[in-house]
Amino acid sequence: MRRRYGRHMSMGQGQKRPRAAFGWYNPRVRSVFYQSVVLVSVLGIVWFFAATAQHNLERLNISSGLGFLDTTAGFGIIQTLIPYSEQSSYGRAFLVGLLNTLVVAVIGIVLATLLGFFVGIARLSRNWLIAKLAAAYVEIMRNIPLLLHLFFWYFAVLRPLPGPENSLTPFDGVYLNNRGLILPAPVFDGSAVYFFASIVLALVGSAFLIRWSKRRQIATGQLFPAWRTAIGLAVALPALVWLVAGRPFELEFAVRDAFDYTGGMRLLPEFVALVLGLTLYTAAFIGEIVRAGIQSVSKGQREAAAALGLKDSTTLRLVVIPQALRLIIPPLTSQILNLTKNSSLAVAIAYPDLVAVFAGTVLNQTGQAIEVIALTMAVYLTLSLLTSLAMNWYNARIALKER
Amino acid sequence: MAMEDVTGRPPPKNAMPISPIGWARRNLFSSVGNTILTLLSLYLLWLLVPPFVDFTIFSAVWTGTTREACLVPDAGACWPFVWANIDQFIYGRYPPSEIWRVNLTFALGAAVIIPMLIPGLPARKLNLVFLLVVYPLVALVLLAGDRPGLPPVPTSEWGGLLVTLVVAITGIVASLPLGVLLALGRRSDMPAIRMLSIIFIEFWRGVPLVTVLFMASVMLPLFLPEGFSPDNLLRCLVGVALFSSAYMAEVVRGGLQAIPAGQYEAARAVGLTYWQAMMQVVLPQALRHVIPGIVNTFIGLFKDTTLVLIVGLFDLLGQVRAQLSDPNWTVPQGALTGYIFAALVFWAFCFGMSQYSNFMERRLDTSRER
Repeated sequence: MRRRYGRHMSMGQGQKRPRAAFGWYNPRVRSVFYQSVVLVSVLGIVWFFAATAQHNLERLNISSGLGFLDTTAGFGIIQTLIPYSEQSSYGRAFLVGLLNTLVVAVIGIVLATLLGFFVGIARLSRNWLIAKLAAAYVEIMRNIPLLLHLFFWYFAVLRPLPGPENSLTPFDGVYLNNRGLILPAPVFDGSAVYFFASIVLALVGSAFLIRWSKRRQIATGQLFPAWRTAIGLAVALPALVWLVAGRPFELEFAVRDAFDYTGGMRLLPEFVALVLGLTLYTAAFIGEIVRAGIQSVSKGQREAAAALGLKDSTTLRLVVIPQALRLIIPPLTSQILNLTKNSSLAVAIAYPDLVAVFAGTVLNQTGQAIEVIALTMAVYLTLSLLTSLAMNWYNARIALKER
Repeated sequence: MAMEDVTGRPPPKNAMPISPIGWARRNLFSSVGNTILTLLSLYLLWLLVPPFVDFTIFSAVWTGTTREACLVPDAGACWPFVWANIDQFIYGRYPPSEIWRVNLTFALGAAVIIPMLIPGLPARKLNLVFLLVVYPLVALVLLAGDRPGLPPVPTSEWGGLLVTLVVAITGIVASLPLGVLLALGRRSDMPAIRMLSIIFIEFWRGVPLVTVLFMASVMLPLFLPEGFSPDNLLRCLVGVALFSSAYMAEVVRGGLQAIPAGQYEAARAVGLTYWQAMMQVVLPQALRHVIPGIVNTFIGLFKDTTLVLIVGLFDLLGQVRAQLSDPNWTVPQGALTGYIFAALVFWAFCFGMSQYSNFMERRLDTSRER
């Protein structure tokens, strides 16, 4: 616009357009010059480091490349989600570490989000004691370094616990001792497939039901108790299958023998400490985000909804939460990413995550510093990128549609 | 009838003061659900607070000089462990005869930083230059030594709070100018510079600090010429500075976005160059807006300094852990005592800083409303 206006002016006065400034006085020339200088110097620095690295590698007789991933690892890992033995390769160890990172991150994200939402809502409670407790929780937890949380839970709480012979037993079948947290494990038999299929079916059916009822309400104004029906469906169908299939899985309780518990599901103390630390620490930040999000919805919105005759619960569901979520989601994403990245602190309490297994043990054994660190960083970069892509997509979906 | 304008007035005060019982009824027991919540919270408090107070105060051992003092049955926290190691917690293995140098550095730092934090004091620009340029050099000479009258103290002997503060303050001082440059680069018109800034920022923000420290301590030596091997602390400082500059860049970018484009355009219109416009018009306003963000970044960095213990440096937490393995002080409650002490120190620092950040936020808010 501006440019066209300028040309019009000059033509109106019957003058020629001034020629573009020549040489150094032309901003484009300068811009190209500056950019070339920066690019050349960055490339120069990269080249210098690459050349030095190559020289050093030759001098130290380190072969480069990813060939070492096929070599036998020769060390054990205390928690493996996929089959792994000392005869497995370094590549397999990488996968084991990656899965251990992911399992801690996913469980931590779920728990921290739940606890964080609870804390954030509690801070806004009209109950004075609950609000103050939540505020105290936030101020205590977020002002203590995460690593200190982990050390506290691992070295000061879980390690000094009594041995298996004196386990703490809060509930039958749950045992806590210095070798970990032992829980009953679900055991599946052949018909379990149908059971899980019925859960999936019930969920998909509910989703369709809710969409259908929403469309019908928009078209005709008729209400249909979709949520209640959906919840009934989600409970009834699996329950029916359970009965028909004849208890497709049951809980296997741990049994105590002379020295330790066998059977059941054992969570390592390192794992428990890491999940506890990550959850408690991140939940404090999520709580603050949730509080800020809810507070940002102006009072007028609630009042307007009330004036229209909406119930409290409907106001919350249709007016407050959608607007609050818009503010909550972006910082929540960065907290979720932080939690994933912070799970790398596992190395300090010897939980075998990606950093501990790969950037720790494998690096020490192979000496392939560049490849190992680059791979490790690439994993976290990919996770960050994927999470922010997913969240950007979701964010765009719920963003304010201005008309 | 004349309408009375009440909009500018404070809300009317409650005529009757509320009795404690009325207050409790309104705020704690207003409904059945609320009563249940209150009772649950009271139970939770009862589970947590008395044992903690008992452990840290009433059952705690307060006096003594050896571990035997703490070996009484049912003893709580073993505070003599902290008293006996307090020098290590603050200075690490810094030679006792040279500790005055550390104290002098701390005092100088406080003398520079505290006036910076009080809004409205004069000569802040001078102070900032002193903090960013002169103080680091003075601190380096004082702490590292190797000058006449100052025998050298290798960084391997530094530890405790000293290392925590050195890493955190170096990180913030180095990341501020770097972060400003990166933020400007990210908003630049020049595509190459913008792309490079984005790649740099997103790379460092996408990886965990632990891997950065691993990189600094294991991978960096491979990229440096033979014979040139900076010590471990310096390598970690470089890693921390690069890492936090990316976060700082995003904070500064937020401030830059809050400044209307008209400010920059007006500055250019009166004939200022790009750098003059930035340094004299845009940045002073932008940075003022993001003081709370900068303080928050610093709090994060301060907490993150504990990670250097993973690559073998002894910050405050690392030093506490190191002293815990001292056979002279192995007591059952040692770990709890040590970590509670460390938590109190970190908490005091971080909570103080976050209160300051809240204070600045409120101050900036009111000045904007005016």
